[in-house]
Amino acid sequence: MGPLIPNGIIGAGWDFVIAILIGIAFGFILEASGFSSSRNITGVFYGYNFVVLRVFFTAVIVAMVGLLYFDYFGWIDLSKIFILPTYLGPMLVGGVIMGFGFIIGGFCPGTSIAAVAIGKLDALVFTIGLYLGIGAFSLAFPLFENFFNSGNLGNVTLTDVTGIPAHWFAFAFTVIALAAFWGTIIIEKRVRKNITEYKF
Amino acid sequence: MIQINYSYMNTKNLQYEKPRYLNPYFGGVLLGLLVLVTVYITGRGLGASGAIKSTVVATADLITPVQAKENTYMKPFISDDHSPMYNWLVFETLGVFFGGLLSGIVFGRVKKFRIEHSPKITSRKRLIVALIGGALFGIGSQFGRGCTSGAALSGTATFALGGVIIMFTIFGTGYAIAYFFRKLWI
Repeated sequence: MGPLIPNGIIGAGWDFVIAILIGIAFGFILEASGFSSSRNITGVFYGYNFVVLRVFFTAVIVAMVGLLYFDYFGWIDLSKIFILPTYLGPMLVGGVIMGFGFIIGGFCPGTSIAAVAIGKLDALVFTIGLYLGIGAFSLAFPLFENFFNSGNLGNVTLTDVTGIPAHWFAFAFTVIALAAFWGTIIIEKRVRKNITEYKF
Repeated sequence: MIQINYSYMNTKNLQYEKPRYLNPYFGGVLLGLLVLVTVYITGRGLGASGAIKSTVVATADLITPVQAKENTYMKPFISDDHSPMYNWLVFETLGVFFGGLLSGIVFGRVKKFRIEHSPKITSRKRLIVALIGGALFGIGSQFGRGCTSGAALSGTATFALGGVIIMFTIFGTGYAIAYFFRKLWI
């Protein structure tokens, strides 16, 4: 029963081999979906290209529903998987800063690395920016250490917080995603009529 | 050699070849299955910003080991028996590079070094904003305990409250401020 490595079914020695293989699959999917282009990515914010929304929402609902089925069939012990801890204030601030970084820089960390691989210098400079940003954060850390550790709710899931079973969240996300897929097809068609500087 | 891509300029009279990308819903299914398989095997999701953090810690530890060990943020990631680069996310991110390269080769997108930008801005401006954007994303990812891959995608997929918060704040902020930065893109 999964997860395989934490349960000792696959030895920890395979950890890094698996990491590289998973990374290769991840990078391939990102590049092949068009995320090696910052103008494809930012299209989601201007309505001319919703590839980010389509790939991201599809991935989220497939993984969510998949995990629920794995749990239902007894293939995975969900109590042993890592749940991202929630730090309320820092995460709101971090998300807003990342939103600025996304619009200004045109990439996110994973996509920039896939874009460097095909020769995009803007992605390389973005990655250098990531390095400098995290470096500056580390150096200045004592200034906001208290804030950084504030608002800790622990490793909570949506179910822990609301009491609503996980499958309802998966259902809600699926409905939202399908509505978004439909709505953005219409928006994209209208916006593309007026944009000539971008190749689709 | 640095070659600047001017192909986006004077576009009105040009016909382009359509870039060959995966159908986005198919790409999304593959990505979702990858998250599922990753959680099934390792018990955790994907990530990217963590590898850059490891690189920062490793260089700090190499150049100024004393200060690095005194830094309360970097200290927990420095150990005597192995380098900070000996980390799952570093190997995974190395894989991301090679996976991107592989896809680029398969679809014919591996070309000379180039800078992609809107025809309304110069290459120089594109590089400046890329640097600023990267730095902001790096800082934000530390407060957020992860970026789009680790927090927004893998976090949300595992029903973590924090993942959903990060997803909505990143994209919400993006939509809220997109108008002010439109000249960078359209």
